[in-house]
Amino acid sequence: MNDPTLLSGRGLGLRFGGITALAEVDVDLWPGEILAIVGESGSGKTTLLNVLSGRIVPDSGVVWYRDPAGQLHDVHVMPAPALRTLHRSDWGFVHQDPRQNLRMSVSAGGNVGERLMAQGARHYGDIRSAALDWLAQVEIDADRIDDLPRTFSGGMLQRLQIARTLVTHPRLVFMDEPTGGLDVSVQARLLDLIRSLVTRLGIAVVLVTHDIAVARLLAHRIAVMQRGRIVETGLTDQVLDDPRHPYTQLLVSSVLSA
Amino acid sequence: MKGYNFAYLDEQTKRMIRRGLLKAVAIPGHQVPFGSREMPLPYGWGTGGIQVTASILGASDVLKVIDQGADDTTNAVSIRRFFARTAGVATTTATAEATVIQTRHRIPEKQLREDQIIVYQVPQPEPLFRLEPSRIETKRMHGLADYGLMHVKLYEDIARFGQISISYDYPVMVNERYLMSPSPIPAFDNPKMDMMPALQLFGAGREKRIYAIPPWTRVRSLDFDDHPFRPINAAHPCGLCGATDAYLDEIVTDNHGGRLFVCSDTDHCAERRAAGHAGLQEAAE
Repeated sequence: MNDPTLLSGRGLGLRFGGITALAEVDVDLWPGEILAIVGESGSGKTTLLNVLSGRIVPDSGVVWYRDPAGQLHDVHVMPAPALRTLHRSDWGFVHQDPRQNLRMSVSAGGNVGERLMAQGARHYGDIRSAALDWLAQVEIDADRIDDLPRTFSGGMLQRLQIARTLVTHPRLVFMDEPTGGLDVSVQARLLDLIRSLVTRLGIAVVLVTHDIAVARLLAHRIAVMQRGRIVETGLTDQVLDDPRHPYTQLLVSSVLSA
Repeated sequence: MKGYNFAYLDEQTKRMIRRGLLKAVAIPGHQVPFGSREMPLPYGWGTGGIQVTASILGASDVLKVIDQGADDTTNAVSIRRFFARTAGVATTTATAEATVIQTRHRIPEKQLREDQIIVYQVPQPEPLFRLEPSRIETKRMHGLADYGLMHVKLYEDIARFGQISISYDYPVMVNERYLMSPSPIPAFDNPKMDMMPALQLFGAGREKRIYAIPPWTRVRSLDFDDHPFRPINAAHPCGLCGATDAYLDEIVTDNHGGRLFVCSDTDHCAERRAAGHAGLQEAAE
């Protein structure tokens, strides 16, 4: 735990009119670590994700990101071109709805290759083989490479989104309910896939989920949010097996154990 | 002509357009908005080009207007006559004699000079138009020189057809900074824009944008390292003048599959024939 953090938020606060979306939130993320943010709907999970990734500017507080050279950057002060570059190289964002991220009128291969081309890849053969390689990694048949995403199933779309995001080998990926809206068997396969990819590539992940089971399976650490505040944080097993805060106890006890 | 200002537009409008042109020349390939006026011809017929021409035209200028390379098609004849009437300027069909050339869909075959200006009529100035529907987003992409999306389109072409299938309006990078639509000229003409001695001005009337390429500016057609840009042309010599290096039109001559390939640049073709060159068709007659 003495390694320098990859991303840290300090004293984050945000209000939408009379509603407190975030209050005095402190978050730390170390390289290669998976942090789950759990809590009920409206507790500020997705807002926190958007603030951490620079998509929403908070009313107070600061988000620091440490680049590969060890330099610290204030995500919300950074010039727009730099933040955009970060978002398409070092960072990735996996949405709950893959249609938000994918280009539905562009083939699967083109979708995977876009981030490479945005980074300046100008060799068709290389882009194509990278796309094929990533489709294989997310278990999509190679002969679907020229098919449009609209011919894909929900689970395939989500896997395609993951391939598109990871193709540039990001160091940090934000995931917003990546398994939401999928049926249970597809969810399990997807979780397996995410876990193996993330472990193998050593990617740090901030994972937003309302599903305690997903957090237990993927996350190293967990932060529980209630009404815009983090009420409890710690190692996943510790928090889930021995919850301290009454809200966490309620959350854990409300899970149906199969 | 009585009742009209010189070259139809009033002086304030011309000044506004010239300010836009100056800015466009200063930032090669960048689209500058301008207050496009209602012109006495419909949108899509060259309202942008005609306004640019009107604001740069002087009394001593010699104007040439071409449409698809030809001097004698409706659009070319009408616009040429429009300026002959409203500005009283001399007009010509000879590329070498013109000082201002307004064009739709072609660049003349003859190399232009530093003392000439070519004005393009542009239907859609935004090269990312079909790829990104939001103007706000495309402006941001231009601002950040974020053009990966255009390459996605080229990638899709190669994946689907085995080659880049854009045959006209082929996107170019101007001065290694701005992605630009060259207007619907054939990809064959793209190399002519690179390091052209003449000033190139682009006017889009309906879309209300002006952009420009100053003389001697680098213009590069987008491509992949392993799929380089190739200008496409019909694999025939011109049937009338025998030219093998000019852009050709295919003309169906009868109902039995007979066809003739001829230079699309009528002035170029006529000049070559006057100089004694003859194609197969000409020789047969």
